[in-house]
Amino acid sequence: MDQAALHTLLLGAWTTAWISAVAVAGGVPLGLALALLREARIPVVGHIIVLYVSLGRATPLVTLVLFIFVGAPLLGIPLDRYTAAIVTLLLNTAAFNAEVWRAAIRSFPHEQVEAARAAGMTRVLIFRRIMLPQIWITSLPGLVNEMTFLIKASPAIGVIGIVDLTRVTNRISAITYEPLPPILVAAALYMVAIGTLVRLQRLLDARAQRLAM
Amino acid sequence: MNKWEILWNHREMILGGFKSTLVLFGVSAIAAFLLSSLIVLAIRTGRAPFGRVVRGVVDGMRMLPFLIYAYLLYYGLPSLGIRFDAWTAGFIALITYHAAYFAEILRGTWATLSTGQAEAARAHGFTTFMMYRRIILPQLVLRAAPVLGNQVIICLKDTAFLSIITVRELTAAASAVQSQYFIPFEAFIVAIGLYWLTSMLIEALVARLGFAAERKGLGYKLAAVRR
Repeated sequence: MDQAALHTLLLGAWTTAWISAVAVAGGVPLGLALALLREARIPVVGHIIVLYVSLGRATPLVTLVLFIFVGAPLLGIPLDRYTAAIVTLLLNTAAFNAEVWRAAIRSFPHEQVEAARAAGMTRVLIFRRIMLPQIWITSLPGLVNEMTFLIKASPAIGVIGIVDLTRVTNRISAITYEPLPPILVAAALYMVAIGTLVRLQRLLDARAQRLAM
Repeated sequence: MNKWEILWNHREMILGGFKSTLVLFGVSAIAAFLLSSLIVLAIRTGRAPFGRVVRGVVDGMRMLPFLIYAYLLYYGLPSLGIRFDAWTAGFIALITYHAAYFAEILRGTWATLSTGQAEAARAHGFTTFMMYRRIILPQLVLRAAPVLGNQVIICLKDTAFLSIITVRELTAAASAVQSQYFIPFEAFIVAIGLYWLTSMLIEALVARLGFAAERKGLGYKLAAVRR
């Protein structure tokens, strides 16, 4: 592989990185919103969210990204491929993040909420000042774990023509006729990214355990 | 003609794709499980350096996206003179990739078993392999059922990646039908519905395993977060 090929490969890595980052930035708060709505026990809304999470767990990203990219314009929502990719990854990761957040909310000690209420705090204030700072710490390892799964599923966006870190290896080998080197370098880059996140997850997990004492 | 009617008239294509997906998934999930149970046995009972190497490979595999691994087998290996057709590459990729995940789950669960059992089994004259098959492995499966179930569902979803290396499975079939007759909504909704149905069946099966575990006093916490 020459300099030009390496440059192309890094562009692919950058595409994977920024699209995943945007999806995570949107998917984490959306997951929290879904978890809160579900725990609020509003009759129909709860069922819809359960259905959403169940579908999200079962749908392959390749299928979902094709569905959104080809289907959205028919609903009068024109989506360029990048938006379609971000929406797909975001909707998918939000479903899993919702489960992580929900587990943290469920295990939150109720005594704290009662104490805060007795002190005259409003529900919003209790959530913002008491719950969120703590469930954030307990959820973070799970959320980082989910990010590694998002990166591992992200090559699906190549199917709608986005040249990500996986797809870019096709581009390079079409010129060099040597598919093996770019695939190996791309695999190594994925391993570095995911390995770093796994290590981060362990650190965060240790911190969460310590603070849970 | 109604779009659903068009789809109905071409149901053979979709159902053919679904059948391919089920074959890919079913064969691979079972083979991956069998392979992983051998890997775990090798890690636990093999010589230390061997076990370390196997664990290294398993850990490395778990840091790769499935598609780049499939690329490696399908597009990369022909440079070394090893050539597979898309189906074979797909099977090998699904089996070895998920075997690594299953192995890690089983290995982690084995660490939670008490050592007294193994000693008791040995005292009764069990060989290592027999003890593993009759005593250890069933417990590992029952204890780890929800986590294994999640991984099995990921295996189902990963079959869709194979459409990218030209395997004609469900997603490829839906894609072909939608581009030929331009019925994206109908084609993909049916495809997603079929994936969903399959994953519900898997979850029902896992729940039954859960009841079985409960009855045998091997209950587990139902923490079914992802993958």
